[in-house]
Amino acid sequence: MSEPPALELEGLERRYGERIALSGVTLRLEPGQTLAVIGANGAGKSTLLRVLAGLLRPHSGSARVLGAQLPGETWRVRARIGYLGHDPLLYRELSGRENLVYQSRLYGLPIERVDEALAEVGLERRSGEPVRDLSKGMVQRLAAARATLHAPDLLLLDEPRANLDPAAAERLEPLIGRASGRARVLVTHDVDAALAETDVVLGLRGGRQAFALPVAELNRQRTRELYT
Amino acid sequence: MIRTASAILRKDLRIELRTKETVPAMTLFTVTVYVLFHFGLDRDSLDGELASGVLWVTLLLAAVIGVTRLFATEREQGGIDSLLLAPVDRTALFVAKAAALFLYLLLLEVVAVPVFGLLLLGPDLFDALPELALILLLADVGLAAVGALVSALAAETRARELIVPLLLLPLVVPLLIGAASATEPLLREGGQSEDLGRYLALLGGYDLVFVLIALGVFDYLLDD
Repeated sequence: MSEPPALELEGLERRYGERIALSGVTLRLEPGQTLAVIGANGAGKSTLLRVLAGLLRPHSGSARVLGAQLPGETWRVRARIGYLGHDPLLYRELSGRENLVYQSRLYGLPIERVDEALAEVGLERRSGEPVRDLSKGMVQRLAAARATLHAPDLLLLDEPRANLDPAAAERLEPLIGRASGRARVLVTHDVDAALAETDVVLGLRGGRQAFALPVAELNRQRTRELYT
Repeated sequence: MIRTASAILRKDLRIELRTKETVPAMTLFTVTVYVLFHFGLDRDSLDGELASGVLWVTLLLAAVIGVTRLFATEREQGGIDSLLLAPVDRTALFVAKAAALFLYLLLLEVVAVPVFGLLLLGPDLFDALPELALILLLADVGLAAVGALVSALAAETRARELIVPLLLLPLVVPLLIGAASATEPLLREGGQSEDLGRYLALLGGYDLVFVLIALGVFDYLLDD
């Protein structure tokens, strides 16, 4: 049986009260492909990510993630989604290692996986320190370790390289970059960098879908219009 | 579910041990109120109804502090999102939070009850301790269940410091009636409660009802 698409969205809509935060999002993303989501501040990018992660319910339209219909079947794919948002979702009073051990228990993973994950992000030596004592870049690396601890098939990434120096960004490439081989949804303001590692581009303007195109068919003028 | 709840509980206790934000605040509040009563009532000692009322109302008000703080770390550091993203039964969060609050209340009472005995109580507390411990345990189970529920309900609201007491205190009125009535005869000189069994059954029934309600609705409280 063939693998279902990573994403299948049809007229997806999400409101906050009366305000429409996301409207008419329709696209398809195959396994292993990357979707870049671009648009000005408040365009609905982070809302889309939270809907796909199952943190927010879609109010109308249809959303299938890894073959599971949201929100009813979200439970089926929770263990296959990795989410790296604005908030690192780490406890400041716990050490990096304690945070990952806690996550490993939630996901039912062996404890050895924690040491592997710390090594992958180069934080073995600082893993005993409370998160509040780590630099922003280190916290972001730890958050990436948290998001990929359970080897997800789909990564939802919101500005994943924020606070990272070039060496750290390179270090995370096998985990959250194109080299990971995972399907990815990448929210970013760095349009040029995003287009270089993307298969499909979703442009959002005021919560509405301006376009959803394969990167090869994208006219750069259309990306600029999103920010004017 | 038990494995997940245990992981959340251990995490909460570890954070409380490091930050010391909740139990010391509850304890300090309780001791301060007993000191205030000691001077404010201008009496050498209390017994019976008045002693029981002072003991329980103060403990319930201290519980408000614990309930307000129960979801603070999750709210401030994204813990709820992290749990909603994980493939776990959300009821585990209720079980862990109720267990944490239950332990906080026990720790509070280990300090607060002897202080109450020293500062305010006329009759010797020692003889009444076994029965009082049983009443405290049953009341704590109910308080923990209702407290975890109310705390989750208030977690995502802006005015949570206002909402927690407004929701919690009316809900624990039956518990206060049962606990204070069961305790009152024990705090009289040579007092024995003839109705202790009846009041313990009331507290047990309250616990059962609220644990079942919480298990039934908690999943929906966390839903978007």
